Amino acid sequence: MAAITQLKHFSGGLTLAAHKQPSNILDSGIPNELIYPLLQRADCYAQPIVKTGDAVLKGQLIAHAGSALSTPIHAASSGVIKEIAAHLIAHPSGLTDLCIVISTDGLDTALEPEPCIDYQSESISDLRTKIQQAGIVGLGGAVFPTAKKLAAPQKIDTLIINAAECEPYISCDESLILAHAEQLIQGVLILQYITQAEQCIIALEESMPQAFQALQKATQKEAIQLIRVPEIYPTGGEKQLIQVLTGKKIPAQSLPAEQGMLCQNIGTAYAVYQAIILGVPLTERIITVTGKGIQHSQNIQAKIGTPIKHLIAECQGYTNDVQRLIMGGSMMGIALSSDEIAVTKATNCILALSSEELAAQTQEMPCIRCGDCANVCPVELLPQQLYWYGRSQQLEQCLDYRLLDCIECGCCDIVCPSQIPLVQLFRAIKGEHTIKQQQTAQADLAKIRYQNRQTRFANAEQEKKDKAAKRQAAIDKMKAAAAAKKANKPD
Amino acid sequence: MQFPISSSPFTPRNNSISRVMLHVLYALLPVTAIHSYLFGYGLLIQLLLAVSTALVTESLCLLLRKRAIKPALYDLSAVLSAVLLALAIPSIAPWWVIVSGMVFAIGIGKQVYGGLGYNPFNPAMVGYVFLLISFPLQMSLWQESSNALSLSDSLAIIFANGSVLDGISGATLLDGVKTQLSTGLSLIDIKMLPVDERLNLIPFAYCVGGLWLLHKKIIQWQIPTALILGLCLPATLAYLIDSRQFSSPIFHLVSGATFCAAFFIATDPVTAATSNKGRWIYAGLIGCLIYIIRTWGGYPEGVAFAVLLANLAAPSIDIYTRSKIR
Ligand code: SF4
Ligand code: SF4
Repeated sequence: MAAITQLKHFSGGLTLAAHKQPSNILDSGIPNELIYPLLQRADCYAQPIVKTGDAVLKGQLIAHAGSALSTPIHAASSGVIKEIAAHLIAHPSGLTDLCIVISTDGLDTALEPEPCIDYQSESISDLRTKIQQAGIVGLGGAVFPTAKKLAAPQKIDTLIINAAECEPYISCDESLILAHAEQLIQGVLILQYITQAEQCIIALEESMPQAFQALQKATQKEAIQLIRVPEIYPTGGEKQLIQVLTGKKIPAQSLPAEQGMLCQNIGTAYAVYQAIILGVPLTERIITVTGKGIQHSQNIQAKIGTPIKHLIAECQGYTNDVQRLIMGGSMMGIALSSDEIAVTKATNCILALSSEELAAQTQEMPCIRCGDCANVCPVELLPQQLYWYGRSQQLEQCLDYRLLDCIECGCCDIVCPSQIPLVQLFRAIKGEHTIKQQQTAQADLAKIRYQNRQTRFANAEQEKKDKAAKRQAAIDKMKAAAAAKKANKPD
Repeated sequence: MQFPISSSPFTPRNNSISRVMLHVLYALLPVTAIHSYLFGYGLLIQLLLAVSTALVTESLCLLLRKRAIKPALYDLSAVLSAVLLALAIPSIAPWWVIVSGMVFAIGIGKQVYGGLGYNPFNPAMVGYVFLLISFPLQMSLWQESSNALSLSDSLAIIFANGSVLDGISGATLLDGVKTQLSTGLSLIDIKMLPVDERLNLIPFAYCVGGLWLLHKKIIQWQIPTALILGLCLPATLAYLIDSRQFSSPIFHLVSGATFCAAFFIATDPVTAATSNKGRWIYAGLIGCLIYIIRTWGGYPEGVAFAVLLANLAAPSIDIYTRSKIR
């Protein structure tokens, strides 16, 4: 593929107020408890390998991946397993689920790391295994296991490192670049080595001049192309970024790898550096803690599993006017019911919004068919049609209008003059669709089971009949033989 | 600490129906100012009558339908319909013309269908056509611009059943309308020709407001462009074929309510087609229909009928221009 010289556009999108203030990274210290939900992604649970009372060290494996789309969990500090019990987890519907809870001992005693100086002397599959074992997932928010993504069967010619942090408030990637440019470039090179991509691009927003300089300095000797992309939300979406860089539209149900491209978040590249070169698993990440509901906004190097209230305390607590606690940015984040919930590998931002920043409760008006929603949709959907059909529970039509392609970016929602909560509706219909699918799957399964049973019964019946027939035949034969004997017997 | 939860996005919304309507109302200020400068206080009185009737009618309808009144009044859509209708009718028409027109526009044109968002026809145009059919005489009392009316004269004319009319309304215009159906095309042309050069200021003022709306991204460029093309293409063609029988495209552009229709009437999203392709067809259709009605129809000005016919066609246009799905 040729070097990228001219940028393209994806349709729609919005220019949003940035609300960003990258800062030096504060180290969070050790919280009293670390909480690790076993749920890794939808329906993927990690398998705990510790039990209550076990002592653990920092970096020690406490749960296996369990399944291919799940990842292992490591303790972020030393201590004792307090319990494996239900706790609130970061989930839109406020679920509780099984979590491993560690009481920390404050010593932070770590396992001996296994550093590696020359990664090129190792085989690609060994490196992938190391990445898998280090529990690395996409740190941009998708939490897809990185090793799995790197094992794409297709030939990859372009590796895209996503540093286009387009969502308002979030600045963790920017501060990561400012603090660790050298190291994360090493991580990028490892990723390039693993994918064997000829071309490597780092894309970051135009609004990050300092980060650009830092990366420029760090990539002087490398054949890595730095590209500044315009500040349009959601440029940081994987498919939107690819469209901006290459002009290629990746169809909804397909993966960039099918076009020879692979996208990785810049934070992931840093985690890869730590896993391969330093030999430590993923137990910490940078989290932006911000919003007008926070006394002192900060980027924090936090231990994964830290309860949010601990991070808030590091930022001198809430202001009086805190209204919502959000994990993620203001466009796609999820509202949390409590700050007892712990941060996960996917947490890039903790946002405490004041009433001033929060969308006011508004009166929903009828749709006036203005089409503004369609104009801003980055995946070229017709939100208005989805709304009409969704409202009247016409699931089939919604699917026809590609409901499942909606990335829930929220663009349509905030421009709608009738102030219709479109994303909320779309999410609800998607949920219904999932439930229906599960039900059909279950019904199908039940049907298959029933059919199997029927055939089994039928077979057994047949067997019985066959056996009976055989026996009868044998008896008949014997009788006939006896009769013949009798007849033959001379009196 | 516990927090309430809600769905993303949390970013404050930057748009509302009232914001959109308010911008459109601002964009009508130039034409209101110029109209008042040329003709005096008539329009202002009509505006006052129209807006108050619209609000009262809307409230009563909502009361009957047992719906919340406040959000519907505050969305300003009724006010906008009122302003458009007041601008469309002769500003020296008696008070009961605008009042009955407004009651019809809001009551029958809008609330009967379920209020804003559900009305298939543009309410202002429904009101206008109702008036045109019910009170053809009063609806053709066009005033000459040479004498801008004082406040007391305007009040007297509007509230005293037009007893002082003869002195100020244009005789040619009245005659023109009385004999309208039997006259030839050239006469209609004469009637529609701006009598006074200064009258060109009115389409100009609509243009200024419309361009500002485009700039503010309140309306999209497709509808005005398609409407103007839909009107000018046949007009140019006919003019090239026979310039004595057909009026020039420029004449069609600046006369009557062309620019008002292009920027303010056809752009009403509720009653237009929704996709961009659909909007081209929809507005192009309005343009063509305006031309056809002006040239061969029974009424000199075709905007209202053209818009209503296109409103009728909009749902079908939407179905046939549905962007490919899945
Ligand atoms: S933006 Fe809102 S009002 Fe406009 S068409 Fe979309 S849903 Fe309807
Ligand atoms: S939330 Fe969905 S429908 Fe709305 S703009 Fe984003 S992708 Fe399009």
